[in-house]
Amino acid sequence: MSQEQIELITVDTLLDKVRAKREQGHRLVQMSATRLPDQVELTYSFDLNSRLTNLRLSLPAVETRLPSISSIYDCAILYENEIHDLFNVKVDGLTVDFHGNFYKTAIKFPFGSTKVACASSATTPVSGTASCATAPAANPGATK
Amino acid sequence: MPRTVIPFGPQHPVLPEPIHLDLVVEDEKVIEARPSIGFIHRGLEKLAETKDYVEFVYVAERICGICSFIHGQTYCQAIETIMNVQVPPRALYLRTVWGELSRIHSHLLWLGLMADGMGFESLFMHSWRVREKVLNIIEATTGGRVIFGSCKIGGVRRDINAETIKTILKDLDGIEQDLRDITRVFLNDRSVKARLCGIGVLSKQEAWDLGCVGPMLRASGVAQDMRQQGYAAFKDIPVEPITRTEGDSYARCAVRCEELFQSVQIIRQAFAKIPDGEIAVKVTGNPTGETITRTEQPRGEVVYHLKANGTKNLQRFRVRTPTFANLPAMLKVLPGCDLADVPMIVLTIDPCISCTER
Repeated sequence: MSQEQIELITVDTLLDKVRAKREQGHRLVQMSATRLPDQVELTYSFDLNSRLTNLRLSLPAVETRLPSISSIYDCAILYENEIHDLFNVKVDGLTVDFHGNFYKTAIKFPFGSTKVACASSATTPVSGTASCATAPAANPGATK
Repeated sequence: MPRTVIPFGPQHPVLPEPIHLDLVVEDEKVIEARPSIGFIHRGLEKLAETKDYVEFVYVAERICGICSFIHGQTYCQAIETIMNVQVPPRALYLRTVWGELSRIHSHLLWLGLMADGMGFESLFMHSWRVREKVLNIIEATTGGRVIFGSCKIGGVRRDINAETIKTILKDLDGIEQDLRDITRVFLNDRSVKARLCGIGVLSKQEAWDLGCVGPMLRASGVAQDMRQQGYAAFKDIPVEPITRTEGDSYARCAVRCEELFQSVQIIRQAFAKIPDGEIAVKVTGNPTGETITRTEQPRGEVVYHLKANGTKNLQRFRVRTPTFANLPAMLKVLPGCDLADVPMIVLTIDPCISCTER
């Protein structure tokens, strides 16, 4: 990758590294996941003075879990809920958890290891969503 | 005081695209806003795994119907970075011109929607009347009004001849005068200011911490514009970010108004400096490598993360759109506002759900 810096980190050091970025005044630019044959690759991009730096984390392809950085960067909730819904990566400690209802996809976890057809998910929330006190996502059906 | 939850969207008069908010209100004051998106997630990122990387320019352009050209341009730039393709200078200038025309028509679209949202119908129609003139230029030079289809890996597909450049420059004079007329109303009219001033205030620190981009970020006083990175012809045409310090809805409107004139000037400079020569180079082989490319769309910084493994299909195509980055800030400024101001505040981030649901 040209121009950009990528620092390889481990899951144990993720929160400390991200906290350091926050203290240095970086803006969280994006979080990106890539599914590789034997692992899931997470890229955290930060901006300071228009210079892009990245943290790169590799996780096992199955039973993937990730600590949330949403307590450090509030805006990470969208990225982390997206990564859960598309890649089937469990994110621990999310400050706002949509419980799998951030995106209504025809195929559950389209980038995930398991591809289970879920044709009714576009209109019917999965069980447990409506009763979850912390789930901010409205049940689309409730507005009709 | 009892609390009531009022649904806002996914079908709402000010929003042609679906986003839903559960607004928790006490009397007329918003206490909390709970978002729900993902109604029309299209899975375009997944499509990259089955489409040829050359053909995928067409898909990238269709991420959005407003900033379509810059999506295609950013995708091409990312592939060109991975494959180390040297794009001819004339093509870079043409990309710059079409990109700035996109910015003008996008901002005019937004100004029109803003006027419509506050019930100022004549101002809405004037904004879109001027936008038509910009779309006519785009149609005359690319053949399209929404999807240009002019950007390709290695350059552009169409040239603009000297005669057409003269015509465009003449048209730009008229457009600039029209812009002066309508922006004067947006910035000075009493009823417009009453709807925007002091509404939805976002501080400089909050805007940065929440990851804001584009006019939303600059209206809060942060001078950042990805065009300063020098992509396309911006290495020859310096861009000074337009900022305001108020951080309110009026500031976001004012930044976009000023950016209209900035884009007109950039197009004039580009046409004054455009070099002769080829408009594309032939690109062969498949990409191997990875890049994160950023450009400045009308709504702000867009991020393309591409990873390629030497096959004709990309291993990963990821797009972080500006609206996605601005949603947390929108949710931050809604609590405390009057219920009647919610549509205005939502509009001031210039939400593009089509981009967000790529």
